[in-house]
Amino acid sequence: MSLDLATTRRIAKLARIGLEENELEATRQKLNGILGWIDQLAEVDVTGVPPMVGTETETLRQREDKVTDGNCRNALLACAPETSGPFYTVPKVVE
Amino acid sequence: MLTGLTLTQARAGLAARKFSARELAQAHLDAITRLNPGLNAYITVLPEADVLASADAADARYAAGTAGIMDGLPIGVKDLFCTKGVRTTAASKMLADFVPPYESTVTANLLGAGAVFLGKTNLDEFAMGSANMSSAFGPTTNPWKRKGDDTTALVPGGSSGGSSAAVAAGLALAATGTDTGGSIRQPAAYCGIVGLKPTYGRCSRWGTIAFASSLDQAGPMTRSVADAGLMLEAMAGFDAKDSTSSNRAVPAFHKAVGKSVKGLRVGIPAEYRAPGLPADVLAMWEQGIAWLKAAGCEVVDVSLPHTRYGLTTYYIIAPAECSSNLARYDGIRFGMRKDAPSLDGVYEATRAAGFGQEVRNRILMGTYVLSAGYYDAYYLKAQKVRTLIKRDFEQAFETVDVLLTPTAPSAAFAQGENMDDPVQMYLNDIFTVPASMAGVPALSVPVGLNETGLPLGLQVIGRHFDEETVLSIGGALEAAAGFTHIPSVHAGAGA
Repeated sequence: MSLDLATTRRIAKLARIGLEENELEATRQKLNGILGWIDQLAEVDVTGVPPMVGTETETLRQREDKVTDGNCRNALLACAPETSGPFYTVPKVVE
Repeated sequence: MLTGLTLTQARAGLAARKFSARELAQAHLDAITRLNPGLNAYITVLPEADVLASADAADARYAAGTAGIMDGLPIGVKDLFCTKGVRTTAASKMLADFVPPYESTVTANLLGAGAVFLGKTNLDEFAMGSANMSSAFGPTTNPWKRKGDDTTALVPGGSSGGSSAAVAAGLALAATGTDTGGSIRQPAAYCGIVGLKPTYGRCSRWGTIAFASSLDQAGPMTRSVADAGLMLEAMAGFDAKDSTSSNRAVPAFHKAVGKSVKGLRVGIPAEYRAPGLPADVLAMWEQGIAWLKAAGCEVVDVSLPHTRYGLTTYYIIAPAECSSNLARYDGIRFGMRKDAPSLDGVYEATRAAGFGQEVRNRILMGTYVLSAGYYDAYYLKAQKVRTLIKRDFEQAFETVDVLLTPTAPSAAFAQGENMDDPVQMYLNDIFTVPASMAGVPALSVPVGLNETGLPLGLQVIGRHFDEETVLSIGGALEAAAGFTHIPSVHAGAGA
């Protein structure tokens, strides 16, 4: 499969990476080179083979549904680039 | 020379009070001051007063007879492990000012065992790379030089290149690394040190900045195989905060080194004799086979038929997981922020400015293989091939105890080489990626120098949770190889 510019633009949008128009073609070529190489997987017969999820050496556990950590609001907010009182700030999303 | 010791030697010297933890720490701080400007192995060096205070606390524990297994040992920490109150960058502009409010489990375990942290070591941005060239804080330079060529700067390998360079050059007795597709083993081989990727699940991933969560695994980078065992004992263990953490008991790994390997069966996978494998790498592999035969091992030819699909499978699965994991860098809650009029605009501007090119490309590749219409053809297919790769290993381990292969298809290359074609760069991991895909433990041991005077490593791969046999075989290789070379840039040279 090979990538066209429109698809490159679409995946950049999905990934929320703001590529300049002049970066799109170089990105398309890089990704296409990798995809061309990856396409050799098509020759592997995987009929009846289950997908491997994680490394399956341990079964996943569930923990009790209770707070194990907390009361660290200020420590977490201190990591934010911009805050207002006890809130994260974002551009206005509702008019 | 305090900067040339193994962990085991330093531990014995401290216990016998031949030198203090403060003297040991000071010797390393001095070496860092002298050599780090040239090597760029550390992104952040901890304040001298803090390092010496940790060392003094260790000295007090030795005096009180309560020293832990890593007590007073000065080490480097890959700048991918969150360290409370100490800037943690992942070598990315995105996290250039990030100071975590918590400590990763692995570093907390090391601190609990008494280790003294010197600083945070350089890496490829978000651990994505094989040459340490993608760090936003500049590349790390390999302390090794080609014979007769002092000017060409070589790469230390990657992604844990700052850790491997620091350990090789005497800027830390050991360092932590993380390995997703070879990021501990390949830089260890390029810098002439030991690197161990444990079984997936041995070391908690909690607080380690995520790249590809089904593959990421922390491990030790050291000067001896016994040191790797010792340090893994301190790093490993069950952690309820990581849902994939193993609750198996942590054995006394270092005791496996020196055990007889007589009668162990060593598999030589035919598929690793890749076409075009350089003669020096092939010769070193043959030498390793001869050493293990001489030590009483039985050498057996085996086949891992899906080896050639390891890398391609990896370059679907790792970017897919990377694109999900790195979605958290949104400019809102932590890390860099670039302002824009809309919320989407903030995301797009922040992520374009914060991520370097390799990271961006991997996120885009991952987004593509997970997107509607391509998921089955790429991601689901790769997960199925991954099952076949894992089965290859399981079948081989029905007849052999370990596998022996080269760690990398070449010695360290020059900075700037392999930069134009990402596939060429990815091929450096051709021998390390399959063990990552299967989740099995693998160790790189330095065994000799090639014609140009650069170190080469051999890789020992074992069964899930059988690091002990891997370490025993690694110890036998180490004893036979007697690798004592040090690089031309070293704290002990020209002081």
